[in-house]
Amino acid sequence: MGDNAYVRKQIAGRFLPLPGNDIDTDRIIPARYLKVVTFAGIGEHVFEDDREQNRHHPFDDPRFQGASILVVGLNFGCGSSREHAPQALKGWGIRAIVGGSFAEIFFGNCISLGIPCLTADMADIEWLMAEAARSPKTEGVVDVEARLVRFGERTITAGIPDGARSQLVEGTWDATGVLLQAGDQIERVGSSLPYVRGF
Amino acid sequence: MPETLLDKVWRAHTVRTLPSGQTQLFIGLHLVHEVTSPQAFQMLRDAGLTVRMPSRTFATADHIVPTASQARPFKDPMAEEMMVHLTRNTKDFGVPFFDLASGRQGIVHVIGPELGLTQPGMTIACGDSHTSTHGALGALAFGIGTSQVRDVLATQTLALAKPKLRRIEVTGALGKGVSAKDVILTIIQRLGVNGGVGYAYEYGGPVIDRMTMEERLTVCNMSIEGAARIGYVNPDRTTFEYLKGRPYAPSGAAWDRAVAWWTSLASEPGARYDDVWQLAGESIVPVVTWGINPGQSIGVDGRIPDPASAKTDLERQALEEAIDFMSFKPGQPIAGTKIDVAFIGSCTNGRLSDLRAAAQIAKGRKVARGVRALVVPGSQQVARAAEAEGLHEVFREAGFEWRGAGCSMCLGMNEDQLRGREISASSSNRNFKGRQGSPTGRTLLMSPQMVAAAAVAGAVVDVREML
Repeated sequence: MGDNAYVRKQIAGRFLPLPGNDIDTDRIIPARYLKVVTFAGIGEHVFEDDREQNRHHPFDDPRFQGASILVVGLNFGCGSSREHAPQALKGWGIRAIVGGSFAEIFFGNCISLGIPCLTADMADIEWLMAEAARSPKTEGVVDVEARLVRFGERTITAGIPDGARSQLVEGTWDATGVLLQAGDQIERVGSSLPYVRGF
Repeated sequence: MPETLLDKVWRAHTVRTLPSGQTQLFIGLHLVHEVTSPQAFQMLRDAGLTVRMPSRTFATADHIVPTASQARPFKDPMAEEMMVHLTRNTKDFGVPFFDLASGRQGIVHVIGPELGLTQPGMTIACGDSHTSTHGALGALAFGIGTSQVRDVLATQTLALAKPKLRRIEVTGALGKGVSAKDVILTIIQRLGVNGGVGYAYEYGGPVIDRMTMEERLTVCNMSIEGAARIGYVNPDRTTFEYLKGRPYAPSGAAWDRAVAWWTSLASEPGARYDDVWQLAGESIVPVVTWGINPGQSIGVDGRIPDPASAKTDLERQALEEAIDFMSFKPGQPIAGTKIDVAFIGSCTNGRLSDLRAAAQIAKGRKVARGVRALVVPGSQQVARAAEAEGLHEVFREAGFEWRGAGCSMCLGMNEDQLRGREISASSSNRNFKGRQGSPTGRTLLMSPQMVAAAAVAGAVVDVREML
């Protein structure tokens, strides 16, 4: 139903492990880079302060340059709703994320950009992080349709809510067009609400 | 079957079920600010679309607004450019804009309720995570990203999955000197910063029932810090008394019809929740965060935790990272921690009652030597009301700076920022690394009266000893 260019059934690529829980969007993109009226060039500043304070940050590790699948812990993307955070990850080259869990606004923003976020058990996440660090040249696959992550010799069961999965697999994640199809039904529901009618 | 407010409001706003299984939800109020909207308006232009319901859309400027001198053009050319864009976008698309000259400008989550734009039973979206604030009036309010701002502008709807619902009951009563901020910080500390993933929070119980609307706004504001995108309180007499007479609230016969509808929306006895959790009001004390997320907090009489006591490796690593960043020592008491900056303001604690509580502590005392102390009202209306009762003079006499309205040092997008390793006592909502403008700056979150007490003492102290 969607445009083929928008379909996100499987994403293949090298993996980038980023350990730690509760990594907030202020860390992904500091607020000073929100003083912009476009998202152009924002990828250069992803994790800028963390990278400044940690010379061995995974995003600067030569082994992981060109990786496109990010592996994270629990509650990734918590805090501010800034879409600048997934835009910065996307600008750097991230195409899919596998994690223990995701903050909801961040998750929704990623889906709006066609970036699948899949959850997995923390034991599997820790294995993935260790394996990705051990064999950074290995390509793995995030299979959105089958809810699986394949890396090396293992296939891990992963999760994504039905709605988001459907949007990615069908290529309908760029929601404006789908929402507009409701047509006048939007105005009908609006005018049924007492506060819209003026009580 | 008895239903919750979430059930009733969700159903009333459902346009249709999408092929993905998500709900297409009508958004009754869309609030817009300068930071997360310029790209959305540009996407509309690129797609040849218009704003579907400009009369249900309101804009203000808060994040980048300077609070020392607000003369245009702003000193910061990037901030000025954002203001120019918002002014042009709202004009081109016919969206009402509460700008600096309107007398109604302020933090978007302060002005919504104070203007009566925020009402029970609404769905409210804004490109800001603290949109959960508006749930205090019995609305379903949540933060969205810029692509979703575009979707709401273009269609007045969003594609969403209905959340699960957890009822949080705060029982008994609060002790003297214990505030709404301490209640929500305690909830986040106990349930965890990721405890609310997938849930909306309904707050109730005797402590919440007795709270003023401004206290409820503080509680709902920080729902998102506990990972709940939505937090709400059922509408009651406190809600209606707060709304009556506000500029955008209904009046006359419409008022009575509105109250009847709002009353009918409250969750009914016997309604089903996915989870119910209780907190005893008596167990809550003034809280201070010691770490790098809002769940890393202790009572003001508490000590920095010891990573050696962690149950898992991940927990130990998280404690070590936070303690290292904050330069604390395990077992050290939080009281007595020297501060460099005191910040009173933000969408969490920048309302009139917050300023009154802080002024009560500041009155007749002096800010400690070497402490930079700022009071930033949440809106122009809050500033005028505070000035009418002389609070600005109380603060100035004590050595605080009295500023114009905006988000200010909550996130340091204007000139109000920490420098280097400075430590702030802050009435805001986030203590993330780098949050207050300096990548290595440190934040201790607490109630506005605790911030005022810390400003006077030059260090973290128990405000209860100063009442």
